[in-house]
Amino acid sequence: MKLLVAISQTPETTARIAFKDGGTAFDPTGVNFIMNPYDEWYSLVRALELKEEKGGTVTVIHCGPVANEVTIRKALAIGADDAIRVDMEPDSAYAVAQQIAAHATTAGYDIIFTGKETIDYNGSLVAGMVAGLLNLPFISHASKMVFSGDKAIVTRDIEGGTEEIEVAVPFVISASKGMAEQRIPNMRGIMSAKTKPLQILAPVAAESLAKHVEFRVPPAKTAVKMVDPANMDELVRLLHEEAKVI
Amino acid sequence: MIMVFAETQDGKIKRSALESVYYGSKVAAAQGTTCAALVLGQVEDGGKLGAYGANEVWQVNDAKLASFDSQTYAEVIAKVAADKQANVIILPDSSNGKSLTGLVAVKLKAGVLSGVNKLPEWKDGKLYVERALFSGKAFASCRIDSSNAVLSIAGNTLKPVAEGSEVAVTSLTVDVPDAKTKVLSVNRSVGIVPLPEAEVVVSAGRGMKDPSNWGIVEDLASVLGATTACSRPVADSGWRPHHEHVGQTGIAIRPNLYIAIGISGAIQHLAGVNSSKVIVVINKDPEAPFFKAADYGVVGDLFEVVPRLTEAIKKLKSAGH
Ligand SMILES: Cc1cc2nc3c(=O)[nH]c(=O)nc-3n(C[C@H](O)[C@H](O)[C@H](O)COP(=O)(O)OP(=O)(O)OC[C@H]3O[C@@H](n4cnc5c(N)ncnc54)[C@H](O)[C@@H]3O)c2cc1C
Ligand SMILES: Nc1ncnc2c1ncn2[C@@H]1O[C@H](COP(=O)(O)O)[C@@H](O)[C@H]1O
Repeated sequence: MKLLVAISQTPETTARIAFKDGGTAFDPTGVNFIMNPYDEWYSLVRALELKEEKGGTVTVIHCGPVANEVTIRKALAIGADDAIRVDMEPDSAYAVAQQIAAHATTAGYDIIFTGKETIDYNGSLVAGMVAGLLNLPFISHASKMVFSGDKAIVTRDIEGGTEEIEVAVPFVISASKGMAEQRIPNMRGIMSAKTKPLQILAPVAAESLAKHVEFRVPPAKTAVKMVDPANMDELVRLLHEEAKVI
Repeated sequence: MIMVFAETQDGKIKRSALESVYYGSKVAAAQGTTCAALVLGQVEDGGKLGAYGANEVWQVNDAKLASFDSQTYAEVIAKVAADKQANVIILPDSSNGKSLTGLVAVKLKAGVLSGVNKLPEWKDGKLYVERALFSGKAFASCRIDSSNAVLSIAGNTLKPVAEGSEVAVTSLTVDVPDAKTKVLSVNRSVGIVPLPEAEVVVSAGRGMKDPSNWGIVEDLASVLGATTACSRPVADSGWRPHHEHVGQTGIAIRPNLYIAIGISGAIQHLAGVNSSKVIVVINKDPEAPFFKAADYGVVGDLFEVVPRLTEAIKKLKSAGH
């Protein structure tokens, strides 16, 4: 199987979020960047498992500047065969999706994997856009995928439960928790990643159509009001009369 | 005009649809235009969308829409939107909404913003709207740079109010493409408000010690009409179902009231819940980080405090509130 995994880079989950230039840009000072957890733990690993089961190749694609190559090398260390970097600032989901679609349109992938969302912009848009641009079936927020003959049986998270869906390749899938178990790269993987092929592509002309103009952090919470554990009538009164939520 | 995709489940209008339609009607009012709701497949109570602000309700009732396929649904939504020249297309930021939003935007070549949490504004003829990012640790003002816009709205953005009256449902004929996916089964817990739609959530963590202790959490949820949630280790160890897991890697929620019981308040947990309007934390450790994110805090043993709270709420309810 020929598999493509789209990977993105995000600030670490515990990073302090701040903005600069009058709130127009993310402030990366002191922030560690990681591979987006959904891409690394679930989508990439499920693709690798599938390759181990059925043979084939796993290619990772990332749209981003040269500094992000550490993230690409990590994906190679975990086990991807080769990588593509589209040399650009990934400034909108649409711009990214157009690059991935442009590459995939002639490459003949069986499955295109993404994470369910990036943990920074929380857009959850790229996968659907890629499917739309390539006119491929799309299953979002998949927590499990098994094969039965030539059909994939995908479990998708829905409100309060799950749905099981049958689909034949080629298709686009976005991965949520449950798809696979995180893999830690070993020494051999890290060494071999250095020599695996990394192709740099110039971006195709792409539109953005939507822009994040100004960022801000929410105002600091007012101090917590402590309530005597023996007096839950008081808590109920506060929730009813002051907060008006019950 | 404004077009809203109104979600249904088992032939009934979903709560998220009331919210999306109500939102759509407010956008239409600001723009001096009308709001239409689109329902796909069978529906029994489509007319009630009129009460929540739809000037028209359109239905495409084709057997091919009986179960959900993202491409098929997106194609029909985009066709109707293009045909009717809708300039703002609104979807819920629900599971199906998340499957559809990017697809619909691409099909319409429209600028798109997902998970918006306020009504839009117009400056120099352009649509601006706010959304949360970094799991609620930041907000952004965003702009659409195309003539039409696709917006998916975060749950609990506006409380839907029935301000109008029912309207008749108009049937539309649309060429519906065949689905390339097939839904084999749907497994959903019935009779429970799904977490992303819940106004009150009662959530518990490892402090519960054992899954057999969950009775007190369920009792509290039941007197409040709340949905239950849990922290990640609780779901990971199989104490509670996976779909209850909230946080960075679980689902993000924004109820009016979030009650956290025996949860320490790790940053990855907060990521999924810190957009809640009011947070109550019950924890025996006064140093638990969750208190920093709480509006009301109770330091005490949850096994004593939670049943006491349940009784206090019963008292309030029986007083007629
Ligand atoms: C990348 C990443 C992603 C993650 N994603 C998530 C996520 O999505 N959601 C999530 O929840 N976690 C997530 N985690 C895990 C998170 O870091 C915490 O480990 C987890 O939230 C802790 O769960 P807890 O609060 O239930 O348990 P604990 O941290 O063990 O806390 C239990 C709490 O219960 C209190 N307690 C114990 N007994 C009592 C009692 N009798 N009465 C009252 N209080 C009591 C204790 O004081 C303590 O504060 C993630 C971690 C990582 C690294
Ligand atoms: N810059 C990027 N390069 C490659 N893939 C990306 C990029 N940004 C997002 N993706 C993919 O799209 C998924 C969803 O991202 P988003 O729609 O932005 O939430 C991510 O989990 C990645 O798989």
